[in-house]
Amino acid sequence: MLEFLPQVLFTLVLIGAIIFFAKNVSSLKRNINLGRDVDRTDQKDKRFKKMMRVALGQSKMVARPIAGILHIIVYVGFVIINIEVLEIIIDGVAGTHRIFGFLGPVYDVLIASFEVLAFLVLVSVIVFWIRRNMMNIRRFLARELKGWPKNDANNILYFEVVLMVLFLTMNATDYQLQLLGASHYASDAGIVGSFPISQFLLPIFDGMSVGTLIVIERACWWLHIVGILIFLNYLYYSKHLHILLAFPNVYFSNLDQLGKFKNLEAVTNEVKLMMDPNADPFAEPEGGDEEDIPEKFGASDVQDLNWFQLLSAYTCTECGRCTSECPANQTGKKLSPRKIMMDTRDRLEEVGKQIDKGEEVSTDKQLLDDYITREELWACTTCNACVDACPVGIDPLSIIMDMRQYLVMEQSAAPAELNNAMSNIENNSAPWPYNQQDRLDWAKEEA
Amino acid sequence: MSDSLKVPTMASYLAEGKQPEVLFWVGCAGSFDDRAKKITKAFVKILNNTNVDFAVLGTEEGCTGDPAKRAGNEFLFQMQAMTNIEVMNAYEVKKIVTACPHCFNTIKNEYPALGGDYEVIHHTQFLKQLLNEGRLKVEGGKFKGKRITYHDPCYLGRANGEYEAPRDLLRKLEVELVEMKSCKSKGLCCGAGGAQMFKDAEKGDKEVNIHRTEQAVDVKPEVIAAGCPFCNTMMTDGVKNKEKQDEIEVLDVVEMIANAEDL
Repeated sequence: MLEFLPQVLFTLVLIGAIIFFAKNVSSLKRNINLGRDVDRTDQKDKRFKKMMRVALGQSKMVARPIAGILHIIVYVGFVIINIEVLEIIIDGVAGTHRIFGFLGPVYDVLIASFEVLAFLVLVSVIVFWIRRNMMNIRRFLARELKGWPKNDANNILYFEVVLMVLFLTMNATDYQLQLLGASHYASDAGIVGSFPISQFLLPIFDGMSVGTLIVIERACWWLHIVGILIFLNYLYYSKHLHILLAFPNVYFSNLDQLGKFKNLEAVTNEVKLMMDPNADPFAEPEGGDEEDIPEKFGASDVQDLNWFQLLSAYTCTECGRCTSECPANQTGKKLSPRKIMMDTRDRLEEVGKQIDKGEEVSTDKQLLDDYITREELWACTTCNACVDACPVGIDPLSIIMDMRQYLVMEQSAAPAELNNAMSNIENNSAPWPYNQQDRLDWAKEEA
Repeated sequence: MSDSLKVPTMASYLAEGKQPEVLFWVGCAGSFDDRAKKITKAFVKILNNTNVDFAVLGTEEGCTGDPAKRAGNEFLFQMQAMTNIEVMNAYEVKKIVTACPHCFNTIKNEYPALGGDYEVIHHTQFLKQLLNEGRLKVEGGKFKGKRITYHDPCYLGRANGEYEAPRDLLRKLEVELVEMKSCKSKGLCCGAGGAQMFKDAEKGDKEVNIHRTEQAVDVKPEVIAAGCPFCNTMMTDGVKNKEKQDEIEVLDVVEMIANAEDL
């Protein structure tokens, strides 16, 4: 019986990790669905193509070539090395060793490419760490990255270094065991796999006994796969969910021209009533029920945003490309589009935790003022640079606009100069105090 | 050339039972702001000179509502939009040209949801069409060989993807076109959008327009070409702040074309 212990243990660990991950995914879905509805089911073909180009194809990443190319290496490494994880899982459950080994030369090519990728990932991750911690790159020094976000980013880099080192060490000891003809490792068909990188680690293990090598190989195997399962479950607590959510986020992202801001239907109905001389102000609203009318205009908290905006908050990986393109941020204003997304996510998590405890969502705190200040909201020029810069289709501007709508339409809390401009528009149809009857005076002036 | 501009109104066209080829949407800046009025007049000169059959709404035109919408006042925006749409639909307007990217974006993208469907084009796109049709001839003239940089207005460029029409016109003027550090889809805002034009900036290290002007000054242009009356104001102020007004002019693309031809 004892010989099956590793298999049983592995299967239990795997099931446990999957259950825990599934639980996190369901919290994530529930929190995202706290948002208002928005229809993003149209133009499926166009959405799919955009997802393939932007998420799978990483088309926006290379706008910044150094970070972009390093990221593509890590991304390709992550995706391809996962084929190896599949083998590891099958081996773990079935008690086999290198079950795909029967593929022969194909297997050699696969293992060789995993090794090369693992090495390139290792190098890229080290460069990322240096960029983040030793070079004064402005977008990594912003105030919203102090504390946990900075540690979180580094944790992920450490994770990847450890995983890649374990993977290469596992291969090196395996190779050495095969060379020594150890049972369960060596095959009659010769060496299984090809080890272009880990072969250079062989001198370290020279002279070690088969027993010691097996202990090292098994330890690396276990730590590597358990590490991956921990990483999978770390995602929900970190900024790193983008490896999964980038795909749906790009798919559901806005396809319209960036200049087209959404129309508020609820307002349209009221304005039509105001402008129609034949309208009966006491008439039943169309559809006959009050539920069609939202409780408030704009957004002061996360539940007032739509589910796509909330999905985006979880998708954001805090790269800061938005913030570094933001004209307000570049000139020292408090506004940072990245912080808008981080605040939205943090507040949503807070609301989610209250729901988890079975509590009523407390209104002691809200997104506006407690997370995002008015000063940040009013600094935006609506230039869309942040939206254009995001590699995964996030639209921080839409959240800023929803919150401005709340401030102006629910609270009449626009800055005084803006109120002047708006009363001019209302009174004389121009943001300045000129008479509409003088609108054509320029034509009479000297050319 | 005669000195007076011919600026027919939609009302006068209707009285004669005619439809113009295109409605020229002048916008608030183009109607009232002294600097922007020069842009309006330069455009009308070209329209007159190329015999374009156009008309304006004149006193029947009102703010599109763009600053109200970007400030978050959807009520005021929709009131403005519906009033304008009612007027334009009554005149059966089909095609609109405007020299303001904010009016352009709002009418083109945000009026359809409220019942206003028109073909809307920016004046640089319209001038390019006139060139392609052979109705407008542009040759080097006084800007030939001059070092020019073009500032992309956010609401023409990033918001609507038009980067080339204004640049094509400048190339026709045979200028030496130089690009700033941030241009086209990465173009840096002048600082006026999102209703910022009508309020003080929040506290920071410097004004956005100064930051953008510094990028322009870095490429040592003789002219900063713009395609938006608000960008024009912001860049003009920036150039003055840098005390470069004797070396660098800020001009709308249409003014450059009109000036090149000495209209």
